[in-house]
Amino acid sequence: MAKITKADVEYVAGLAQLTLDEATKERLVGEMGDILGYMDKLNELDTTGIEPTMHVLEMTNVFREDEVTPSLPRDAALMNAPKTDGEYFLVPRILDTE
Amino acid sequence: MSNSWYEKTALEIRDAVRAKKVSALEVTDSCLKRIEEVDGKLLAFIDVWADAARKQAQAVDAKIAAGKDPGPLAGVPIGVKDVLCTKEGTTTCCSKILKGYRSPFDATVIERLAEAGAVFPGKLNMDEFAMGSSTENSSIQRTRNPWNLDCVPGGSSGGSAAAVAGHECAVALGSDTGGSIRQPAACCGCVGIKPTYGRVSRYGLVAFASSLDQIGPFTKDVTDCALVMNTIFGRDPKDSTSADIPVPDFTKALTPAVKGLRLGLPKEYYTDALGAEMRDKIQAAIKVLESLGAEIVEVSLPHTDYAIATYYIICTAEASANLARFDGVRYGYRAPGVANVDEMYRKTKSEAYGHEVRRRIMLGTYVLSSGYYDAYYLKAQKVRSLIRRDFMDAFKQCDVIVTPTSPTPAFKIGEKTADPLEMYLSDIYTISVNLAGIPGLSMPCGLTASGLPAGLQIMAKPFDEETLLRVAYTYEQKRGFEMGMPAALRG
Repeated sequence: MAKITKADVEYVAGLAQLTLDEATKERLVGEMGDILGYMDKLNELDTTGIEPTMHVLEMTNVFREDEVTPSLPRDAALMNAPKTDGEYFLVPRILDTE
Repeated sequence: MSNSWYEKTALEIRDAVRAKKVSALEVTDSCLKRIEEVDGKLLAFIDVWADAARKQAQAVDAKIAAGKDPGPLAGVPIGVKDVLCTKEGTTTCCSKILKGYRSPFDATVIERLAEAGAVFPGKLNMDEFAMGSSTENSSIQRTRNPWNLDCVPGGSSGGSAAAVAGHECAVALGSDTGGSIRQPAACCGCVGIKPTYGRVSRYGLVAFASSLDQIGPFTKDVTDCALVMNTIFGRDPKDSTSADIPVPDFTKALTPAVKGLRLGLPKEYYTDALGAEMRDKIQAAIKVLESLGAEIVEVSLPHTDYAIATYYIICTAEASANLARFDGVRYGYRAPGVANVDEMYRKTKSEAYGHEVRRRIMLGTYVLSSGYYDAYYLKAQKVRSLIRRDFMDAFKQCDVIVTPTSPTPAFKIGEKTADPLEMYLSDIYTISVNLAGIPGLSMPCGLTASGLPAGLQIMAKPFDEETLLRVAYTYEQKRGFEMGMPAALRG
């Protein structure tokens, strides 16, 4: 089933927010085609009526009291940021303003 | 008193430290000296914390001098895979995207081990974001196998395995998503366990595939494995998937008695894909257990053939979601010279990830994308149920399942880097354990003719690590050989 084209690679790269050069695109056409082709093996199995495993431990929701506990101090939260103004993370322009 | 403390086990070290036969500082110095001597060959450590480790050791010695309990791992040097958050040093997952990242907190396992008196000599090499089976995907260096420096140490926790096998530290922490503790433990000839999913808090473990990831120790023997499990297992309010199940004293499970225990051998694992030499090693190990009264039962895991496809759909899907957080905003690398935020995301991710990580993000994004979600991701989640059911059915007929850890011993550096699918296939015997959420342990069962360790894998029912340890301990006591010093480090 899986036959990956360059257009597929470009589309998925867009979803994943990756910019790929031409050589990498070509390489991924081959690699993803091979790997997804191998994954098509699962179609040999009839899984009608089988529940998907969402979690291996049959877990129930975990509730706790809504109590205020210490959180990360702001300077610790900001200490690894590429750019801050001391209070906020700074990023390049988000909206085009003309 | 011997000054080669680096060669000792965790149990020997903590007993000697607690009995004041040696100071924690002397042990740490011995370990640091060993790292200095052999790590140029092994390249297991990416960062050595000599000063911090000495301070931690001195704190242990001060506690002892003050008559306080220094803890059950007093003075034991424990190396840390770079996927675990530590306030000391950096936490990078051996990726350029996290270069220089300093964690503001310690992972829960680090907190617990520090509380127990452990000393941390530094950070260990790994495949970038734990994606790989050879540690060749590290952006930093290529770790070598202590038994043959031309071979890989396995992966992704290759630094952890090489460090313990090379006697650079008594214990190391690793993480296992599809075999990343057990396969390198097998390749390097040490003991490594992937606990039942939920046994160990994942708080502070940088997530790769959250439904599969577990932290576990690498040790020189089964006793040390039990000792570390005692400290790191147990419910943690900071990880809602950590199981609220009592933690027994695992050292009590260490009795050399397997009489009447049923060892299941899955027929799907003993096929032609398993090399003749590895098969002989495994069969010899099974004979030892059989001679002690264990009963051998053939079992079937009929969906084994589908495990790799299932695993690589689920783990890439989860990885593509988990790695979305590395976007250059709050921490890590940010591409310079970008005009807007969209370009920042794209350039940052494209410039900083290695090819294996990029490939997995692409595959994961594909299998989750509109139109393919049902055909790949949902299908894989259903097959995961079948694989899990296979194990639960098999465990009705046996107490543990015994298999090889890996179809071949450690391969040569560079041998499998050109073909990702072939690299993925080397995980055949380990990944089902993660899919089923059960515990699995790898331990050495001898050397091949070419002098490389062979690994025996033991799997048990969920939360039955005690039976697993009992079988492993019995084999270790009765197997009739010691692994000794790895060949490439002798003399």
